[in-house]
Amino acid sequence: MTVVETGSSERVIGKHLLRREDPALLTGEAKYVDDIWEQGALYMALLRSPLAHAKIVSVDVSEAKKMPGVIDVMSGRDLQGEWAAPMPCAWPVTQDMKNPPHYPLATDIVHYVGDAVAVVLASNKVSAVDALAAIDVNYEALPAVVDLEDAASDRILVHPSLGTNKSFVWKVEPDNDKVHEAFASAAHVVKNRYVQQRLIPSALEPRGVIAIPHPYGGEYTLFSSTQIPHILKIMLSMTVGISEAKLRVIAPAVGGAFGSKLNVYAEEVLALTLARKLGQPIRWTEERSENSLATIHGRGQLQDIELAADEQGKITAVRVNIIADMGGYLQLLTPGVPLLGGFLYHGLYDVPAYSFSCTGVFTNKTPTDAYRGAGRPEATYAIERSMDALAKKVGVDPAEIRRRNFIAPEKFPYSSAPGLIFDSGNYLPTLEMALEKVGYEELRKEQERRRSGNSRKHLGVGISSYVEMCGLAPSKVLGSLRYSAGGWESATVRILPTSKVQVVTGTSPHGQGHETSWSMIVADRLGISPDDIEVLHSDTAIAPYGLDTYGSRSLAVGGSAIYLATERVLDKAKLIAAHRLEVSVEDLQYKDGSFSVAGSPGKAFALSSVAFEAFTAHDLPEGIEPNLEATVSWDPPNFTFPFGTHVAVVEVDEETGATELLRYVSVDDVGNQINPMIVEGQIEGGIAQGVAQALYEEAIYDEFGNLLDTTFLEYLLPSAAEFPSFELASTVTPSPTNPLGVKGVGEAGCIASPPAVINAVVDALSVFGIDHIDMPASPQKVWTAIMSSQGSGRKVE
Amino acid sequence: MQITTVVNGKSFTKDVEPRTLLVHYVRDVLGLTGTNVGCDTSSCGACTILLNGESVKSCTVLAVQADGMELTTIEGMASDSALHPIQKAFHENHGLQCGYCTPGMIMATASFLKENPMPTEAEVREGLEGNLCRCTGYHNIVKSVLAAAEAMEGAVK
Repeated sequence: MTVVETGSSERVIGKHLLRREDPALLTGEAKYVDDIWEQGALYMALLRSPLAHAKIVSVDVSEAKKMPGVIDVMSGRDLQGEWAAPMPCAWPVTQDMKNPPHYPLATDIVHYVGDAVAVVLASNKVSAVDALAAIDVNYEALPAVVDLEDAASDRILVHPSLGTNKSFVWKVEPDNDKVHEAFASAAHVVKNRYVQQRLIPSALEPRGVIAIPHPYGGEYTLFSSTQIPHILKIMLSMTVGISEAKLRVIAPAVGGAFGSKLNVYAEEVLALTLARKLGQPIRWTEERSENSLATIHGRGQLQDIELAADEQGKITAVRVNIIADMGGYLQLLTPGVPLLGGFLYHGLYDVPAYSFSCTGVFTNKTPTDAYRGAGRPEATYAIERSMDALAKKVGVDPAEIRRRNFIAPEKFPYSSAPGLIFDSGNYLPTLEMALEKVGYEELRKEQERRRSGNSRKHLGVGISSYVEMCGLAPSKVLGSLRYSAGGWESATVRILPTSKVQVVTGTSPHGQGHETSWSMIVADRLGISPDDIEVLHSDTAIAPYGLDTYGSRSLAVGGSAIYLATERVLDKAKLIAAHRLEVSVEDLQYKDGSFSVAGSPGKAFALSSVAFEAFTAHDLPEGIEPNLEATVSWDPPNFTFPFGTHVAVVEVDEETGATELLRYVSVDDVGNQINPMIVEGQIEGGIAQGVAQALYEEAIYDEFGNLLDTTFLEYLLPSAAEFPSFELASTVTPSPTNPLGVKGVGEAGCIASPPAVINAVVDALSVFGIDHIDMPASPQKVWTAIMSSQGSGRKVE
Repeated sequence: MQITTVVNGKSFTKDVEPRTLLVHYVRDVLGLTGTNVGCDTSSCGACTILLNGESVKSCTVLAVQADGMELTTIEGMASDSALHPIQKAFHENHGLQCGYCTPGMIMATASFLKENPMPTEAEVREGLEGNLCRCTGYHNIVKSVLAAAEAMEGAVK
């Protein structure tokens, strides 16, 4: 077990400390981008294509320019000379990956409904939006590619210049002969196709941006509702052609992101470019229906998965082929998303042979990119649905098939067939604990009672055991996967003259409570109150180095950097204390903010005194620089692998097809927990998003590429009434790969929950002989399946 | 058009366009940006405020309709730097993450608890159906509302 060194007699790590972020958010004091007033800012509005695929014959902005309050109106062609580079894709997953040029405004062809074609600048928001209607665009409609298999067939090309819709084919095939042999000699084979519907991330705060030029100094400040101020700064510098040294990016309060603000968006590039062009501040706030069209979507995959197993149901091979929907263009990480799942289609099971292939295809739809879980919910769903299918084929309980296949605890660190090293794990206890907590045996009896009593409300129980990889990521591994950046994180810890502590982090929180948790890490190590520690972040002028917040990385990578920087500061403080006490460093011990000498109780020197000494620098040891400050950039040696088991209990009404989630039990192991209150909050939110994928949400496109559910009236974001309270528990298996022994928790909930719920729905419907329902399991889909089922001797009226 | 409103106890007389929504009046004219906008279809409830003591989604009301009325926004909830019991309950039960839905959620809770001072969990879930949250899975929001009800029991009666 990783033991985190502490300088505190009462541990701070592990406490349910209330969040310091809350007061500003609870009172309306917090400022999101749209709350920031900027004198003289012009309001930007974008005209978006109503067609999924069309030639732009002409754009006439002359009438719009005459509208009251309008300052300027520009088409894509008007701005063609403004860009230094196309919009970035930072993850060219293969050497020959096809990536069409993508600029903030389309010039010749629009590639999805929502693709921007013109921009209005006006003195107020209403005038800007009013003027959009006066822009006259003449389109020549082209046939649209919507379906993924149709896209892969190249029947119609989204980007004719590429000659194909296939952006790339990416494979993990360590030993195909072994896979073939396993299937040839298998006692059981299960083969299924699963659909990962497209999802709209729907952070409650729409995106927003304010670009402010400082014309006489040549600098620019950009406020954006982003989770990646640091990456954004680099990318904007390259795409707009502004010196990175002249650009400051600030993410103020950010109202949720879930991956959807892990991008470089047309509006950010446009606002900065137009601020440069006009020498005036430019601001833009997204409307919800714009968010549905112009902010990235998640998921969108067709998954073919096969398991080979022996007589007892022990899996001998997993073979997967998926088609992944890229949408109309590649955004920042679009092609990399399926890769993050590509190593995990064997789940937490000990599988000797593995093969995975992903074809990324262009379609005339909104680009996809990372959405909470990014690749891992997809993989977990496919394997956990397959496990239930295998259990049925072998004739054992779904819990038993999992027990037979878990990687045994003594096998860690475990080398997986696709080539990862799982850091630590002990899977069986999470399953047994979850089954006990939910009362599995009793539920099975109740299910039987209902069935024999001819109840029309069918009980279903679904299990999902999962492992994920997070803590992104070891820079070397990212390099080998052709990702354009590293995976380290930076932290600075400085003890100020009055002994208050400043922590500067490169992580960029948007609801995760980093300020609270990071202060706890430092407080625990220094033995001081968290109230004496400030955490600064999300402003590139204050935190110059950082790789931001995504992929459940912030604690495992950023938190570790903070811990190590604290250690380094403490080491320096120790040198100064030893000098003043005239003892050797080895004789000093540190506890609760004070250095003392072992065996000499009177000899002590407070950290606060060291801080002031370091500041005055009147009497420092030879060769020691003034001030107490250390900066650490920590590059993790491996990913982390959280795991657990979730169990969903549903009731399906055969008369209406409606599914009600009755209970939801989760047992998660995310390693050591800094603040269990925040950990649970992350899991609860994740569970809800995954349940929403299973039962409610889907970005629905018609055959012409029109998105049919662009508002919350049609896109079914669930409310409190759709959920029960969740029943959470945890086990703790520390990660040996970082100094805090932590794993990461941001995505676990939504990775585990979709298959738990669908397994439960299918379990309930098994009485009708139904063995699968695609997500979302809407009442209509379930009812139709019941109506068209042959039943199992059961009458359906 | 000129309208007069009493907002968080202070009277304001302002000119507004007839088409101005109440939420834009509150945010853009009065500068009270604690009230958030999360959608354009009156679905999310982020803009919930109290109008003459009753919760409304301020994007469903025209500013001119509020002429002569009393408004309470999130900025009017805490007093003398002490959090309102509902705000305190959300803090103590980790009922918020990114905080964007929170002002609307708190205003909706204030109105809901006035109608139903001691609700059951199911009643809380139904009662807050018009307010969407993407972060918390509602688990701790429901806990917060129940805790607030408990804390305010004396005050409400």
